[in-house]
Amino acid sequence: MRGRAQWIRNPKDLLAGLLFVSFGVVALVLSGSYPIGSAARMGPGYFPRMLGILIIGLGAVLCLRSLRPTAEAQATWHWRPLVVVLASVGLFCLTARWLGLALAGMLLVFGSSMASREFRWKEALVSAAVLGVAAVVVFVYALGMPLPVWPTVFGGR
Amino acid sequence: MEFLNNLALGFGVALTPINVMYAFIGSLVGTLIGVLPGIGPVATIAMLLPATYGLPPVTALIMLAGIYYGASYGGSTTAILINLPGEMSSVVTVLDGHQMARQGRAGAALCIAALGSLFAGCVATLVIAAFAPPLTELALSFDAAEYFALMVLGLVSAVALAHGSVLKSVLMTLLGLLLGTIGSDVNTGLARFSFDVPELIDGIGFVAITMGLFAFAEVAINLESEDKRALSTEHIGGLWIKWAEFKQAFPAMFRGTMIGSLLGILPGGGATLSAFASYTVEKRIAKEPSRFGRGAIEGVAGPESANNAGAQTSFIPMLTLGIPSNAVMALMVGAMIVHNIQPGPEVMTKNPELFWGLIASMWIGNAMLVVLNLPLIGIWVRLLRVPYRLLFPLILLSCAIGAFSANNNMFDVWVAMVFGLLGYVFLKLGCEPAPLLLGYILGPMLEENLRRALVLSRGDFTVFVTRPATLTMLLAAVALLALIVAPSIRRKRAAVFVEEN
Repeated sequence: MRGRAQWIRNPKDLLAGLLFVSFGVVALVLSGSYPIGSAARMGPGYFPRMLGILIIGLGAVLCLRSLRPTAEAQATWHWRPLVVVLASVGLFCLTARWLGLALAGMLLVFGSSMASREFRWKEALVSAAVLGVAAVVVFVYALGMPLPVWPTVFGGR
Repeated sequence: MEFLNNLALGFGVALTPINVMYAFIGSLVGTLIGVLPGIGPVATIAMLLPATYGLPPVTALIMLAGIYYGASYGGSTTAILINLPGEMSSVVTVLDGHQMARQGRAGAALCIAALGSLFAGCVATLVIAAFAPPLTELALSFDAAEYFALMVLGLVSAVALAHGSVLKSVLMTLLGLLLGTIGSDVNTGLARFSFDVPELIDGIGFVAITMGLFAFAEVAINLESEDKRALSTEHIGGLWIKWAEFKQAFPAMFRGTMIGSLLGILPGGGATLSAFASYTVEKRIAKEPSRFGRGAIEGVAGPESANNAGAQTSFIPMLTLGIPSNAVMALMVGAMIVHNIQPGPEVMTKNPELFWGLIASMWIGNAMLVVLNLPLIGIWVRLLRVPYRLLFPLILLSCAIGAFSANNNMFDVWVAMVFGLLGYVFLKLGCEPAPLLLGYILGPMLEENLRRALVLSRGDFTVFVTRPATLTMLLAAVALLALIVAPSIRRKRAAVFVEEN
């Protein structure tokens, strides 16, 4: 830990505190334009601002607490699984309307499978195919969800 | 007499074929997700909620409740067989349950867990039926200021009794309250924090928030430490227990049920806390505490009865006061709102068939779980062999589709993604997501009652401290916070000393 600020003993608390404080600040800034009213006649801005101030205050306490020594394990960040998971869900959002549920679902399953350390090509392809078809049967045919099944370029469902 | 009439009404509703069927589906799905790692009851209920929009409200709630108590059954199966609790509420079952399995008594452990749960389920149903009406009557007499104080007390004790840092949980609750203000303001119609996005005018969907926090973030966290589980291939043994073992276990079952019924009512209580408390009690009063951790049957019977009793009685504050005591109950409140039922004391007076039907269905669901799940254990064990790498894409796909189906809108899936990212960061920073969900669900009600109370008092804040009822509740909240903060200070001090040495 040499060379880094040594008075911060618990970076986890500091980060959490800063995150909360920034949420509070955003709330205060955004609700700045809403009428506050008075206690007897609260405007729409009263409650959010109250919460914003509370969050900033307690968030600051959390930041200060990071100066105290701790035995708590510090966070280790593994961004790869998260990014792959969110990216494949995002891909699903972007494609479901025009590729149809079958293909978009398969893309999601195959794409997210790559987040696993034990990713295997053939297995992922098979499970994508199976789950894609299953999703169509369950959600579109059985539950009647309004999503196209096949690419809309070829005429939709 | 009224007690029996109410139960009769409830069984009349719960025993209709459609309700029996959905109680069965719910408890089966619940067991399934309890067995499978990586998805909890919260995410599952949120995922299946949109599928219940077309059902009558009572049927929908019966199914969702079945998922909740079914999950605690399934969770104990994995705890006993593979040393891995499927749910938080089965964490202590691992200690003695898995030891029993290693001694070739898995069948006895599974059996006593099921019998304990069934016994607890029966008792808890009666507890709910007995306690709900007087509590409802009390709640009906509350005005806005008292309701506000009650909600504050509910939120505070939910924070205090849950695990993790209190300060962080309070902050998560406040953040949840803040998120609850998104959308148009009830009194003026002003769209708050909406950035002219039409989808935000009605607020953000709680299905989307839940998916993000409890499914996407969870999956990402689980993927970091994949496949550490190994299935023990030990023989399960006969699925019955000896009379001597049952006699040994019964007092523990009974005590566990009492503890669970009591702790379940408290906000923040519920299944997990009850199981822990019961294990501690059993170990403390045992003649030979050293047997615990080495396959003591009381160590399975007590906590398993307690978690089921706690899971059921946690419906009491939700049904009578409209105040959810844990994340699952928050979703149940959300489900009621979706079905146009205003949660609160009026539920019992305006929808008695829903109220009593739901309670009676819990008893039916519990009985079904025992009859159907014990023979199905072979299937659950085989399911356990499905590796996580095949499971989590299925979870993601169902959640993405589930979030979409809440409003048939892709916007909700994007919202879920944002909360997935947030949830991941929060979990890494040691902030539990459950208080955020509680705050989010209670937020609008809390603000509404605060406003109304202050309108009535003409802006005088002393309205909250000048009357005995509100003062007591707020003082209780403060006392609880003080109580919970004090020992943690002491513990931190101890940690300081260790480090200095």
